[in-house]
Amino acid sequence: MTENGDATPLVRVENVNKSFGALHVLKDINLTVSRGEVVVVIGPSGGGKSTLCRALNRLEAIDSGSIVFDGKPLPAEGRALARLRSDVGMVFQSFNLFAHKTIIDNVTLGPIKVRGVSREQAERRGMELLERVGIASQAHKYPAQLSGGQQQRVAIARALAMEPKMILFDEPTSALDPEMVQEVLDVMIGLARDGMTMVVVTHEMGFARRAANRVVFMSDGQIVEENTPDEFFTNARTDRAKDFLSKILTH
Amino acid sequence: MESLLDFGPLVQEFATILAGFWSTIRLTVMSAVLALVLGTVLVAMRVSPTPVLRSVGTFYVNILRNTPLTLVLLLCALGLSDTLQLTLSRDPGINYYWWAIAGLSAYTAAFVCEALRAGINTVPVGQAEAARAIGLTFTQSLRLIVLPQAFRSVIAPLGSILIALTKNTTIVIVAGYIEASAVMKQMFDDYGGTLPIFLGFAAGYMVLTLPTGFFFGWLARRLAVVR
Repeated sequence: MTENGDATPLVRVENVNKSFGALHVLKDINLTVSRGEVVVVIGPSGGGKSTLCRALNRLEAIDSGSIVFDGKPLPAEGRALARLRSDVGMVFQSFNLFAHKTIIDNVTLGPIKVRGVSREQAERRGMELLERVGIASQAHKYPAQLSGGQQQRVAIARALAMEPKMILFDEPTSALDPEMVQEVLDVMIGLARDGMTMVVVTHEMGFARRAANRVVFMSDGQIVEENTPDEFFTNARTDRAKDFLSKILTH
Repeated sequence: MESLLDFGPLVQEFATILAGFWSTIRLTVMSAVLALVLGTVLVAMRVSPTPVLRSVGTFYVNILRNTPLTLVLLLCALGLSDTLQLTLSRDPGINYYWWAIAGLSAYTAAFVCEALRAGINTVPVGQAEAARAIGLTFTQSLRLIVLPQAFRSVIAPLGSILIALTKNTTIVIVAGYIEASAVMKQMFDDYGGTLPIFLGFAAGYMVLTLPTGFFFGWLARRLAVVR
């Protein structure tokens, strides 16, 4: 599923280390993500999954190693970093919709202020995206008036409005009531089918099986195992992965 | 004894008293606007990623917030205006008016800055992260996402600062500008320091400050950000 035949990976993470004080959360991480690929990162809590995800658009700075996105090293700060982030969408566990802005304003803010798109054009595109995630009728409400699942779908539309080259999902369904998980996963599965490059930190094994090209298993700050979803879930190679899977797949 | 209960002077000097309160209102409104602007600039400095800006902001706030307002106004009127001849107008009345506003707003801005900084702390960190994640620069995320929410959460404290500012305008008497309290002092000199004159002026200030308090309370409820 490579875009315009470009075989270079979209993301290349090399020997990345990161510590929070004495806690070594990323240990010599190496990872590549190809264009159009859906990579699911799973593993026990505190294993460094979210930190890795956040490092990919530099919401977390890394201590050493390198991260190259679309052929260029991640800029350290300033306008260059802002420009990079505008190409990398991010969907957070806690949605983080702008609380003082309406749903449509949440979706159009980035295109208008960052891309310089006209308000009219941004709103037309924004409504299309809200239509796609099934929230168009709520466009003029405020985030607090929507359910968690609806808010998260708006957050996905907000990321899509920037026409990103990749979207990072940091536990997008972990804060949702169980009955709202599927509506968000359905939107994500649709994106995966459309060829969006995605890095998804999640505990949703069903999503991993249905939409992922590759599963990355992280534990104690290391990538312990990488494999196709089928191979990983039926035939994990490492004891740590087997142990993790036995805990989550038994019921 | 009779003069102690005589409200007559308030009636006789009504026009002068109104002129005094009009000066109070002009001082308050001008200083409030400037303090809000300067306070916003200061808080942007205090939360900026640039260490130099942060230290300048912190230094300013610590100095101005911990200096008596009387000293600030004396510095403006006697030091900067009279001694250093930094006059803001040829007309001495207008010159002292602007120096009084400069002193009041420079002082009040420090408090506005700290109220806003408390407001910024009420905005969840995820809001700023989401702003950065869609590619907004630091300044844009502060201006479009963080500060608007911070303002809304500190409207009531900002109202208290405005009330304090209204009452603080009485101190510009040391900077040579005549407002309501200076009129009262003149009337005390002319008619004797009577309770009716005091009550009249106290009521005048309450007419300004009480509605301010109610208005800001209402505004705070109306503009509260629902999370």
